[in-house]
Amino acid sequence: MPETYGNGSTAETTAPAAAKPAAAGAGIRLENLTKVYPGTAGPAVDNVSMEIRAGETVIFVGPSGCGKSTTLKMINRLIEPTSGRIRIGDEDVTDIDPVKLRRKVGYAIQASGLFPHMTVAQNIALVPKMIGWSAARTRSRVEEMLDLVGLDPGEFHGRYPRQLSGGQQQRVGVARALAADPPVLLMDEPFGAVDPITRDHLQDELIRLQHELHKTIVFVTHDFDEAIKLGDRIAVLRERSHIAQFDTPEAILTNPADDFVSGFVGAGAALKRLNLTRVRDVGVVDFPTARIDDPLQSIFDLLRDGATNEVLLLDRHRRPYKWLRRGDLSRAKQSLARAGTLVADTVTRDATLRDALEAVLTDNAGRVAVTGRRGEYIGVVDMETLMNNVHELLEADRLDAMEHQHELQLQRAHRTLLAQEGLDGAGGPEGGPGGRA
Amino acid sequence: MSFWEYVGSRHTQLLTDTYQHASAVFQCMVIATVLGVAVGVATYRTEWAGALATTATATILTIPSLALIGLLIPIVGLGVAPTVIALTLYGLLPVVRNAIVGLRGVDPALVDAAKGIGMSRAARLFRVELPLAWPPILTGIRVSTQMLMGIAAIAAFASGPGLGNEIFRGIASLGSANSLNQVLSGTLGIAVLALLFDAAYVLIGRLTIPRGIRA
Repeated sequence: MPETYGNGSTAETTAPAAAKPAAAGAGIRLENLTKVYPGTAGPAVDNVSMEIRAGETVIFVGPSGCGKSTTLKMINRLIEPTSGRIRIGDEDVTDIDPVKLRRKVGYAIQASGLFPHMTVAQNIALVPKMIGWSAARTRSRVEEMLDLVGLDPGEFHGRYPRQLSGGQQQRVGVARALAADPPVLLMDEPFGAVDPITRDHLQDELIRLQHELHKTIVFVTHDFDEAIKLGDRIAVLRERSHIAQFDTPEAILTNPADDFVSGFVGAGAALKRLNLTRVRDVGVVDFPTARIDDPLQSIFDLLRDGATNEVLLLDRHRRPYKWLRRGDLSRAKQSLARAGTLVADTVTRDATLRDALEAVLTDNAGRVAVTGRRGEYIGVVDMETLMNNVHELLEADRLDAMEHQHELQLQRAHRTLLAQEGLDGAGGPEGGPGGRA
Repeated sequence: MSFWEYVGSRHTQLLTDTYQHASAVFQCMVIATVLGVAVGVATYRTEWAGALATTATATILTIPSLALIGLLIPIVGLGVAPTVIALTLYGLLPVVRNAIVGLRGVDPALVDAAKGIGMSRAARLFRVELPLAWPPILTGIRVSTQMLMGIAAIAAFASGPGLGNEIFRGIASLGSANSLNQVLSGTLGIAVLALLFDAAYVLIGRLTIPRGIRA
């Protein structure tokens, strides 16, 4: 399948990354990569060519044993390709010293791969030290990285991996991979070994990180939902790493190239569509709030005078704390300690609409508070906002798909015309989505 | 003469012997450790080489120590040389075996990660594999030391240093007034040394095994 048919949304998703002049990513180009293991009949990876743009997150997704991991490991040459070339940025890295190559390519694996005999700080400092950063620069970089992945440097600096939860270990793993500021980050099923809730958080974190850093990320997973959530583009791979489809998540969901891809997409495409849009993209509405240390009287006044009969109470760090109704206050007497309902769930702005919907459905009043990076209150999403947005999304997708179909038909008609006139030198029966990228 | 009177009257000689015994075992152990770990590092990656190293060192251990020292005397003469060679050879097996087991026991995912972040072969070995294999290697060293304590006593047979001299003198003059005291003081001395070394290893373990992998 050709990499990109004229697809409006492709340009749309990658444009912000490409527009940043300081984009830290570097493009990756795989040319006819093949891996044959001695003693096996067929190649494990057969003639893969692919172009990954700078600053883009590309997901390799496919069934177990399809060679997606092998393909990934050929990029940093943990597995040496039998033939083919690898280019990162402008450099052909197929024949350079693999140790030097790997120091320029971040690598994060399943179950974090942290060294248990080193502290968190020592683990993160490994690559900067190897490439000769000064002790002071390394130290401040470690702090910076811990902060970046949302771990308190003071608290986690001297801990050993076994003193961390699975999710925290994975964060440190990502911090280590990014420590020397590599333009490219390879991730081999990094969230495969953590529980679903933690995985969800880690995915959100990665999206946030990528928003800040614009690395070129190649990410391997067998979980299509994860692929949809994280990828700018997804490469659906079948056996021997043959590319079944390489396109944006939207295009794959609405327009799978063949039965293999649609089988992989699975049922519930409309629900999966929710994974593609984030809370930041829909309207977050404002909600009356009060601080927990506000005088009781002012909260009273707010509820009595305002159009609302409910306020969101924030704690000292401006984090959502309690939903407070008018009725609760009359029972509260002098203290707020017992009044109101505790905020059970919040979502970040990077959470998908699916997560938000989940939270809204669970909440008995049908809304959920949206929080920023440190958990501080930003706004509220409610059922109505979600419904409206989903309808708009699905409608837009339908139009896109129709346009796409139309374009394909035009192309086909054009090709037929050329063939009839005998102008198509390459020969007509190439047959659309059969050709390989 | 009671045992304690004997010890009191001969304490200078006993202390010298004890010191020499400890020093011989310690030095041989250092050599055995270096050699043993080197053999382990050289062989752990191939199945047959590892098996060969383990079998070879195990075979050495089956030779009776008296016989080995006896065989060494015509080649290297009397005194320190046969003692050091014999002790070092006997000390190898536990170290080699535990080094191989320890190095093979390192999680392949960690080695993969080390490679993936750009560590060279040497850095991988010294910064990841050996530190992780260190606890079992240290156990091997500890077992070796215990064994060498006993075997070192035989070294007196080749006029070697150590508490074995006490024991051999006692056995040679069996029936005389102090023979039992001599054997007893030599044996007890070795037992006490063995305990002290063991305590030292516990301390070394505390100091050298990083907190992150301490059991």
